Amino acid sequence: MIAHAIFFYVFSVIAVVSAIMVTVSKNTVHSVFFLILDFISISCLFIMIGAEFLGMIMLIVYVGAVAVLFLFVVMMLNVAQQKNQWFVSKDSSKHIPIGLLISVIIFFELIIVIGGWKYKPDLFNSTKSSLENGVSNTHSLGQVLYTDYIHVFQISGMILLIAMIGAIVLTFRQREGVKKQSYLKQISRERTEGVEVLEVASNKGVKIDD
Amino acid sequence: MIDIGLGHYLTLGAVIFSIGIIGIFLNRKNIIVILMSIELILLAVNINLVSFSIYLGDLSGQVFTLFILTVAAAEAAIGLAIIVVYFRNSGTIRVEEIDKLKG
Repeated sequence: MIAHAIFFYVFSVIAVVSAIMVTVSKNTVHSVFFLILDFISISCLFIMIGAEFLGMIMLIVYVGAVAVLFLFVVMMLNVAQQKNQWFVSKDSSKHIPIGLLISVIIFFELIIVIGGWKYKPDLFNSTKSSLENGVSNTHSLGQVLYTDYIHVFQISGMILLIAMIGAIVLTFRQREGVKKQSYLKQISRERTEGVEVLEVASNKGVKIDD
Repeated sequence: MIDIGLGHYLTLGAVIFSIGIIGIFLNRKNIIVILMSIELILLAVNINLVSFSIYLGDLSGQVFTLFILTVAAAEAAIGLAIIVVYFRNSGTIRVEEIDKLKG
């Protein structure tokens, strides 16, 4: 129990500090690195609490794919040198107190909700697909994911497909002056435009490609 | 303090959620950091779902966390593609200078 507490406090302090650093860091590349640190510590928390599959999936999806995508875009757009300038321009400083106020209000609302949760212990008897003992987390997740949630699973696959197509269509660019093969042009050639029969007078020849 | 319960995880989720919202308002740098703040907010939602799922003994929360991960990955890909196209067209992604719709 003490080990649980120690690990919880270590990982959650790392997560909160790196979340703060994501927002206030001057360099965008550093923000991406702190985002990666945040995801790693939260996935350690997931593994510790007993959701091993989600922790590992979070490491693979976020640290392996999404964070690298962010890093790639940051380096490609070369915005790392744009220095952070809060409180400099007049317009931006108007938003900041309002933003702080709104997020503090939301935080206290969430805390009130959590406090209210403690006094409703009778809500603890739910459950259709319960956690069984002796079955690993991945196994039980697979048992419900491919049976009860199969339609939602397939829809999420469609979402990923649409996202892939959308990203390709958005960033695709037709370049001018690139020579490449066009099958449509090749197979739609007619004999009349490809071949020309000429009468060649003797000792004169013909002139082609003028 | 020592006995870690559901409330601790929910508080952690609330803190990260609020930091994400502060990040959206505070940011004047470029729009990529706003996308990262949205990722933080989704992460806070995932923490809530997973901790409820574990402490209530119901597996549905983890299944929905998986779908939130899927949607977040798709959203990040599309958002970054839009940002790349905008940068290619107008040469900047600073938040203050994106005001073409103002007229």
